[in-house]
Amino acid sequence: MAVTKQDVDYIAVLARLAFTDAEKEKLTDEMNSVLGYMEKLNSLDTTGIEPLSNMNDRTNVFRPDEIIPSISNSDALRNAPDKQDRFFKVPKVIEQK
Amino acid sequence: MPELSFASYPDLREQLLSKQTTCEAVTAAYLARIQSKKHLNAFITVFAEKALVRAKELDAKLASGKTIGKLFGLPIAIKDVIAIKDERLTCGSKILSNFTSVYDATVITRLVAEDAIILGKTNMDEFAMGSSNENSFFGAVKNPLDETRVPGGSSGGSAVAVAADCAMVSLGTDTGGSVRQPASFCGVVGVKPTYGRVSRYGLVAFASSFDQIGVFAKNAGDAALVLQVIAGEDKCDSTSSDKPVGDYAAASIDLSNLRVGVPKEFFTDALAPDIAAAVNTKLEFLKSRGATLVPVSLPHSEHALAVYYILAPAEASANLARFDGARYGYRAADVKDLTDMYVRSRSEGFGAEVKRRIMLGTYVLSSGYYDAYYRKAQQVRRLVREDYLKAFEQVDVIAGPTSPIAPFKLGEKVDDPLAMYLADIYTVPINLAGVPAISVPAGVDKQGLPVGLQLIGNLFDESRLFAVAKILEQSEMK
Amino acid sequence: MEYELVAGLEVHCQLNTHTKAFCGCSTAFGAQANTNVCPVCLAMPGSLPVLNARALESIIKMGLATNCRIAPYSTMARKNYFYPDLPKGYQISQFEDPVCSEGFVEVDTGDAKQSSLKKIRLVRIHLEEDAGKSIHDIGAETYVDANRCGVPLIEIVSYPDIRSTREASLYLQKIRQIVRYLGISDGNMDEGSLRCDANVSIRPKGQEAYGTRTEIKNMNSFKSVEKAMEYEVLRQTEVLESGGRVVQETLLWDADKMETRPMRSKEQAHDYRYFPEPDLVPIEVTSKMLEQITSSLPEFPEARRDRFVAEYKLPRYDAEVLTASRDIADYFEATVKTSGDAKQSSNWVMGEVLRTLKEKAIDIADFSIDAGRLGELITLYNGGTVSSTVAKEVFALMMASKDAPSKIVNDRGLAQVSDNAAIETAVAEIIAANPSQREQYRSGKKNLFGYFVGETMKQMSGKANPKLITDILKQKLDAA
Repeated sequence: MAVTKQDVDYIAVLARLAFTDAEKEKLTDEMNSVLGYMEKLNSLDTTGIEPLSNMNDRTNVFRPDEIIPSISNSDALRNAPDKQDRFFKVPKVIEQK
Repeated sequence: MPELSFASYPDLREQLLSKQTTCEAVTAAYLARIQSKKHLNAFITVFAEKALVRAKELDAKLASGKTIGKLFGLPIAIKDVIAIKDERLTCGSKILSNFTSVYDATVITRLVAEDAIILGKTNMDEFAMGSSNENSFFGAVKNPLDETRVPGGSSGGSAVAVAADCAMVSLGTDTGGSVRQPASFCGVVGVKPTYGRVSRYGLVAFASSFDQIGVFAKNAGDAALVLQVIAGEDKCDSTSSDKPVGDYAAASIDLSNLRVGVPKEFFTDALAPDIAAAVNTKLEFLKSRGATLVPVSLPHSEHALAVYYILAPAEASANLARFDGARYGYRAADVKDLTDMYVRSRSEGFGAEVKRRIMLGTYVLSSGYYDAYYRKAQQVRRLVREDYLKAFEQVDVIAGPTSPIAPFKLGEKVDDPLAMYLADIYTVPINLAGVPAISVPAGVDKQGLPVGLQLIGNLFDESRLFAVAKILEQSEMK
Repeated sequence: MEYELVAGLEVHCQLNTHTKAFCGCSTAFGAQANTNVCPVCLAMPGSLPVLNARALESIIKMGLATNCRIAPYSTMARKNYFYPDLPKGYQISQFEDPVCSEGFVEVDTGDAKQSSLKKIRLVRIHLEEDAGKSIHDIGAETYVDANRCGVPLIEIVSYPDIRSTREASLYLQKIRQIVRYLGISDGNMDEGSLRCDANVSIRPKGQEAYGTRTEIKNMNSFKSVEKAMEYEVLRQTEVLESGGRVVQETLLWDADKMETRPMRSKEQAHDYRYFPEPDLVPIEVTSKMLEQITSSLPEFPEARRDRFVAEYKLPRYDAEVLTASRDIADYFEATVKTSGDAKQSSNWVMGEVLRTLKEKAIDIADFSIDAGRLGELITLYNGGTVSSTVAKEVFALMMASKDAPSKIVNDRGLAQVSDNAAIETAVAEIIAANPSQREQYRSGKKNLFGYFVGETMKQMSGKANPKLITDILKQKLDAA
């Protein structure tokens, strides 16, 4: 399952990252070298093994439906690169032809 | 100004309580030391004024006769991936270089409640991704034992802060070895607790199912004291454990009842012979004091790194999606539209290693690859965990080297990601299994560089690790 | 060729918990922008989610009410995509193990006379969080309000069992009825607490294989759902009739232009990269939890309808109308409790009450006549204190007053005269005043009886007990 430059292009769009052609080439090689290293996992038979995702054996951790005071609007917007009238401001989506 | 020659926190505390010194004097001395060791680049932010104000308040508290906290006057440094209200929280990244947290991490609340004094925020590999502390927007950190060498990573700044006496204790984070490996490289103690032992609330996530906050100290006792304070259930972290926290500082053990597992998978050709020798010396010491050495096997160890470099980047790719230039953090200038803002803010804001891992993580989760990579890796993660849990049916602790190699030269491995990743082969499996481990100094290699011994414990068995670590320290002092 | 619609709906329903799904921020609607926010729902670095217990309880209730299997073990997952109103860059949702799966609801596709039940099967119901609001129409930029970020939602996904736009509408109404009965959502489509996407395809009648489907989004009212689906059926029919092929794509319904149009291709390029949410632990629904929740469930509409038929001897249609909403059904039962007369209570609630609610476009909760007062009015009517005409007059007065109906009747002297002597006097006067009509009546023109009743009632300003008037008139006219 070699990673191609097309894969890198596609993944970059998903990850909202941009690379120069030279960077892409390097990245393709690096990803292949790392993923190649991972290929050895395929030598293991994992039939019937339950994937592990819950690292401590707790289940059912809930909070009661009770209101906790929120932070102020100024704290919410404190780090905003752009803001106006209590809102975060971002550029618009422009239709791509 | 007092000399920074406290043997341990209990020693400092004794001097404070007996009025031989004050919090203010001690804090001032540490701040001066930070200043004099500035070239090591261990700190990103120093709380020069705030720490002194706090120290004076604590002196007044003591004078007023009020009950003082368990960490009264303890000068501590915090890895800059942990949130402190109204302070900068950079994660070693350009993308957060001007970000100020609006809340405190749970560990900070707990440290402050016990009267610790926070000196500042330490340098780190960007978003805790790295093993050499060369991936920081704020520059590389130097190893105080040999300034041409790396201090290890990603919590390099926190390890150096303790090693260079810029703080008595520090907090780091350990996702694949980021506390234990720099502890080993800098010749200090570094503990990574059981997954879930310490709240992650306020720790900026790298890989959520691996991340744990850990402690650096000059000795196991100080690390134990601090861990005891920050550990325990937190209602803000669903993955924190509700198991009671032990009295780590008081832990002791009779070595004649101790079975030490020695995994053959940790003593292979990858391990430098002089490091192996140093580690074996420690094992022999334990044996000479009555412990039983038991060969154990952790058969899936060879797969751990592959599993880690699938799962951790996958989690990271989602965890780092929030850094998009919209609500906080770096936003690229003159953006054309929304997509341009996302792409350029992220591409300009993240460093190469972070981008590499986001790409890897996005790839393994993307349509068509999930089962082959992510799911497979989660299955093997269970096998790795079971190796450990089975081994702990036969032994009480497992011991081996922390790192296969000695601290390397700055710049030596920056262009070879896979070689850099291989430096974590002994620490990564522990995070896969979620068990606790501590790295303690174990002499030096043939070049005189520090070697770390890693003691691995069963789930929530931190007390035993501290007890054994304390005994090993006695051998180091001889 | 004749084509048949094949559709499945995805309904998003906002739960009415006090706080958000994963943090303690209020879910109150209409707060100032970015004030119901905290580090968690703003995705401040380092913050972590903790699941709201009531959100879980709500989805389990929904699952039980729709005959779903409640998973003994379920997990949350991250759904990854970038959008300004999604602060974390992923939505916490469910993927592999939803809380509820494989259920069904029944809709009545019949009419007032003949009911005809149709089963619409559910694939799953899962729990997730809402996104914030992006406001695009203020200026050159997009404004983001995160107040809605993290409000709990359930997504109800049906099988493609829907065969007409009417069925779609009935299904949606059924979902709304259930969530309102359960009290887990206000179910308002216009406020966005109920949102609907549809997967629509057509196939030649009789053909078994499904056609290519399109997904329609942005249908914000019951009418939109019907109109958009009708439009899409026509559009797809035209495509096929002209020899073309339906393209699988996502369409937006434009309610102003009354047409569907394709979303930009960029918006569609989704690869959500779901994976288990490592910040939340699995949910284990124990039998004890299930028992507790089951015992807290209200009586469902169908069961209540059948009980109304059996217990109150109501026609099935009336029972259906009365149980359409839990609040109306509760109101009716409370009215019966006071009045002791189910038939009259049903007449009043289905008549005056529902008519008034419709006219004023209000909910029963906002109606000024509570069930106790209505019951009392019915009692006054049944006891002969007021005539039906006067009762309606009193009903109108009650809407503007908090007084008991008896007080209104007394204050305004509206009580019906049931005093025999007074009525006898009036009857005598009317008979005396209309000698020719009396003669005609006696000579066989019996339908003049109504004339005498009317005149007597007029004489008594409408307040006489009509039954007494009838009795006395009969007696007097027929006598001698």
